[in-house]
Amino acid sequence: MGKNIFIFTGKNLVRMVLLVIAVSIAAFALMTASPVDPLQANVGQAALGSMSAEQKAKLEAYWGVNDPPVQRYLTWAKDFIRGDFGVSLQYRQPVADVIAVKLKNSLFLMVTAWILSGVIGFVLGITAGVFRGRWQDRLIKGYSVLISSTPAFWLALLLLMIFGVWMKVLPIGLSVPIGLESEGVTLLDRLRHAILPAVTLSITGVSNIALHTREKMIDILESDYVLFARARGESTWEIVRRHGLRNVLLPAITLQFASISEIFGGSVLVEQVFSYAGMGQAAVTAGLNSDMPLLMAITIVSALFVFGGNLIANILYGIVDPRIRRGGAVQ
Amino acid sequence: MKTWNRRKSMLLWLVLSLFFLIIITVSGSLFSEAARTTDFSRKNLLPCFRYPFGTDWMGRDMFARTLKGLSMSILIGTLAAGISAVIALILGLCAATLGKRADSVITWVIDLIMGIPHLLLLILISVAVGRGLKGVVIGVAFTHWTSLARLIRAEVLQLKESTYVRIAGKLGKSRWYVAVHHILPHLIPQFAVGLVLMFPHAILHEASVTFLGFGLTSEQPAIGIILSESMKYLVLGKWWLALFPGLALVLTVVLFYLLGENLRRLIDPNSVHE
Repeated sequence: MGKNIFIFTGKNLVRMVLLVIAVSIAAFALMTASPVDPLQANVGQAALGSMSAEQKAKLEAYWGVNDPPVQRYLTWAKDFIRGDFGVSLQYRQPVADVIAVKLKNSLFLMVTAWILSGVIGFVLGITAGVFRGRWQDRLIKGYSVLISSTPAFWLALLLLMIFGVWMKVLPIGLSVPIGLESEGVTLLDRLRHAILPAVTLSITGVSNIALHTREKMIDILESDYVLFARARGESTWEIVRRHGLRNVLLPAITLQFASISEIFGGSVLVEQVFSYAGMGQAAVTAGLNSDMPLLMAITIVSALFVFGGNLIANILYGIVDPRIRRGGAVQ
Repeated sequence: MKTWNRRKSMLLWLVLSLFFLIIITVSGSLFSEAARTTDFSRKNLLPCFRYPFGTDWMGRDMFARTLKGLSMSILIGTLAAGISAVIALILGLCAATLGKRADSVITWVIDLIMGIPHLLLLILISVAVGRGLKGVVIGVAFTHWTSLARLIRAEVLQLKESTYVRIAGKLGKSRWYVAVHHILPHLIPQFAVGLVLMFPHAILHEASVTFLGFGLTSEQPAIGIILSESMKYLVLGKWWLALFPGLALVLTVVLFYLLGENLRRLIDPNSVHE
């Protein structure tokens, strides 16, 4: 039994490593296909114009611009594994440092939103499932459909307008107050600046899990064992507590772990609206300014998070459900 | 109204939303000129009878701009979703008919694409093809097929086990013949529904990626561009610049969603009793 879980986890781990390598190759191929001139992106238009042909050739040789792509990829990968992510063109700092700072800001946002949206969505889904067809169900379903049709950035704009511009209770942007030394920033300041982005992300994350939990709950309430429980005289609350929650919780947790990719996508948009200095904003800056080293590193870090989430979901399922452990893969 | 059953009212909804979406698309292209004219004698007007969505800081009519932007978004979204759905159909079919090795390769590619956050992948593709309209269309088209392909693959795997497909194989029909004549017709309903339900995602992602500044230039008033411009004027209290175009976008997406859901209920035999 214990050995089985070990093999199952190991298999998934190997698969994840292979996928991450594939992601890095794919991202590298996309970067190579880009029409942006690497020399110009690195030293700038003006500096390039004033250089002699010899200097240019020297630079090209130094950066290996004319090496075959496979060789360049291997060089990059070797450095990456050793922890040297290169230097960001946009921030003029090692990529590792940039990512460390941005990731810390973003993680706070994403973890809050992830937990909040999971819990709220779960409760809403259960409620909708129990009151199927009644007004509670319609309200929750309507809300979920509406929210899933609303672009995250527009919701962010609306909240910004209401709480930042009209009521002036919350700051309109940035992750720290303007004009303060970094030592002077208190935790409270950080929290105040993270409220609006986190709330926006949580609101948008709710709909998916709520709809999914609702479907599952309806399935369970139509099952034979619930019918029998009802015949035995259990109240609705007892049925939900004893039979509903236990069966619904696992798929809901799995779904929530698999939704990390969406939270990340949402945070890109939300951070952009609130000028919140996180990973998402760094990704947009890197993309707009062709900052290839930074973009590569962000892609890989985010892929690690997504695959990590999937891995945890798979393992959780495997531990609880022996059928999947034996079968190996989870769909 | 009492004689109307559910099926009829669903059909009515379907036709109405389709009609409305066509009107938006057509009227948007009629307003191209009005969306671009600037007139400084009427700048920063609040919404009024003449300009229902107000005007912006250059005196452009926001109503015309919104319609134009929506129609562009719908066209781009439809194009990209169409390409994406065809990719999904072909790969889904291949995965299930070409044998085990092809299947594992295709499912692996699906996992790979799903592993990169959607928006980040759109940014990467946009950088790779050098931004512009091309980047948006290619990006949205090549990232949305994964979930539909998964659905189709699962459906084909199930169909392959059915008796009539097995008998056709025993009768000596080629794999290709069976795929086209016996499996494909069964996929059409799911394909159609998947296609329509892909539109909302495609449109939202198109709007998002243009909002971030990849893709169209500010002369082309796509809905993402309008909203990202309005963001700069938000602090000055110009709320109408962001509110109405966004509402219109949400309305459009909801209409597409309803269209897809109603279509699904009409076609899918499993939801007949709902």
